[in-house]
Amino acid sequence: MTQSWNDGDCSFDPVSAPDFLPGDQLRALQLQRLKSVVNWAYPRVELYRKRMEETGLTPGDIRSLDDVRRLPFTTKKDLIDTYPFGLFASSMSDIVRLHASSGTTGRPIVVAYTQEDISVWAEVMHRSFAACGLHRGDIIQNAYGYGLFTGGLGAHYGAEALGATVIPMSGGNSDRQIMVMRDFGVTAICCTPSYFIHLIERAGELGVDVKKLPIRAGVFGAEPWTEGMRRRIQAESNIKAYDIYGLSEIIGPGVGIECCHQDGLHIFEDHFLVEIIDPASDRPCKDGEEGELVLTTLSKRAMPILRYRTHDITAIIPEPCKCGRTIRRIQRIARRSDDMFIIRGVNVFPSQIETALLAAEGTLPHYQITLTRDKGLDQIEVQVEVTPDLFGDKIGALEGLQNKLESSLERTLGLRADVRLVEPHTLARSEGKARRVKDLRNL
Amino acid sequence: MKLHQLSLFLENRPGHLIAPCKALAEAGINILTLSVADTQRFGILRFVVRDWEKAKAVLTERGHVVNVTEVVAVEVTDRPGGLVEILETIGAAGVNVDYMYAFTFKRGERGALLFRFDDTDRGIAALKAKGIGVLGCEELYRLLEAK
Repeated sequence: MTQSWNDGDCSFDPVSAPDFLPGDQLRALQLQRLKSVVNWAYPRVELYRKRMEETGLTPGDIRSLDDVRRLPFTTKKDLIDTYPFGLFASSMSDIVRLHASSGTTGRPIVVAYTQEDISVWAEVMHRSFAACGLHRGDIIQNAYGYGLFTGGLGAHYGAEALGATVIPMSGGNSDRQIMVMRDFGVTAICCTPSYFIHLIERAGELGVDVKKLPIRAGVFGAEPWTEGMRRRIQAESNIKAYDIYGLSEIIGPGVGIECCHQDGLHIFEDHFLVEIIDPASDRPCKDGEEGELVLTTLSKRAMPILRYRTHDITAIIPEPCKCGRTIRRIQRIARRSDDMFIIRGVNVFPSQIETALLAAEGTLPHYQITLTRDKGLDQIEVQVEVTPDLFGDKIGALEGLQNKLESSLERTLGLRADVRLVEPHTLARSEGKARRVKDLRNL
Repeated sequence: MKLHQLSLFLENRPGHLIAPCKALAEAGINILTLSVADTQRFGILRFVVRDWEKAKAVLTERGHVVNVTEVVAVEVTDRPGGLVEILETIGAAGVNVDYMYAFTFKRGERGALLFRFDDTDRGIAALKAKGIGVLGCEELYRLLEAK
């Protein structure tokens, strides 16, 4: 299976073998695992069992990969409604780790891992790093946040499995990141692409030319980015910038990765079953046709997820990749089918902004969210219409209101947002579902 | 003794003062005095008109956010130290001046200033005790219209 392998000039890592499975073997493995995960989840997760019973479906009805379409969808709302542990399929005595999403709609989403799940996660991250040409001997600076967020520990375990030297920086403290990058001879970094752009700029201010450092690769994800950003990063730092895809609900980072050809993201299909559907009609899309990515975990035991609606819009790339991997690719994800936006790696829903505004003043003013990108860093500005309730005669009172709203937003979102007070009736009102978010980031 | 001042929220951007002023003009309301307080992003237009209730209704109807505040018009002698006398009186009474601005008219040696105190009643009492003229609404309007 390694004769088709073509990962540039780097050596073959045996962990990548499943990436090159012949198509029929891959599909047989997927089917076996799909049956197994449905068999596992059905008796253990009430939500799945109830929904399957409603349509008269039993685990035994899953006989082919196409039968996945008979399974019910799982949505973010399901995860919220079953907060915290409602979708767990393993007992706590078998669960070794919990993570939580960055509080999407007020309540966070909690995800769980058994020891085997952690191994699968480390494996797909290991395969991700290998696909971008990293190997034992590399020094990887992990600037994803450590903690409840899956990015930090996900990348950490994968990089250790790879045999690389991991520097667990976590996010923030840019000057120190740059010092470590330079002094420790870092060869690869993991972080959000916008943060790396910020680091390049800051390094320039500190008189450090990233181009002259040994660093040669960046594994960037946790937020949408573009080819334009990739070109900029690669030109300004002389590294190869790889797009990685993942989501906590499915496992964390490591659902898919670009290979050295940087042309679409390979999904680790032996662990994640991919469907692309038309988000409006739920009908399957043809290869090459854009639609919503729907994922089923094939190996997870603590929290198996059936047909998860990611809201990420992409398409299957049907042509085989030059690298020889048989696991298929999806297009880079540039937009989402819902209102959620990702800013500095944090998922934000307009409803959270509402919650924060409401919490601050007890009333909900009309508001709009504008996303911009300033010097490579994402910024949120929340424009709030001043109402008679909110308006005081003194400048200090208005500034106080602004600060109060800002700190409430920061508490709720976990990141800083600027509040701009605007005159009443100046923000657009639309019929039906309000378009609350103005994204000017040109993603 | 107290005047009703209207305050209006404005964004700090070109042209944003026009709409409320135009609304007042169209309603035939004359602005007796005004001031604009500004920050980087927003400002407050504060002004005094004779028929403040009508002005408030006109502006509110046009969608502006209007606030009514009690302020005090104080007579001031137009010579060096005229203002100091008032401020010392107010300061000695422990009353804080939130902001102030002036009326443009002058009657002989006397002008008038507009004060917003943190404690309006105490401010007025202190000024009166010191024999400093506090102008009532009618007196003020008469003076303004006589000029």
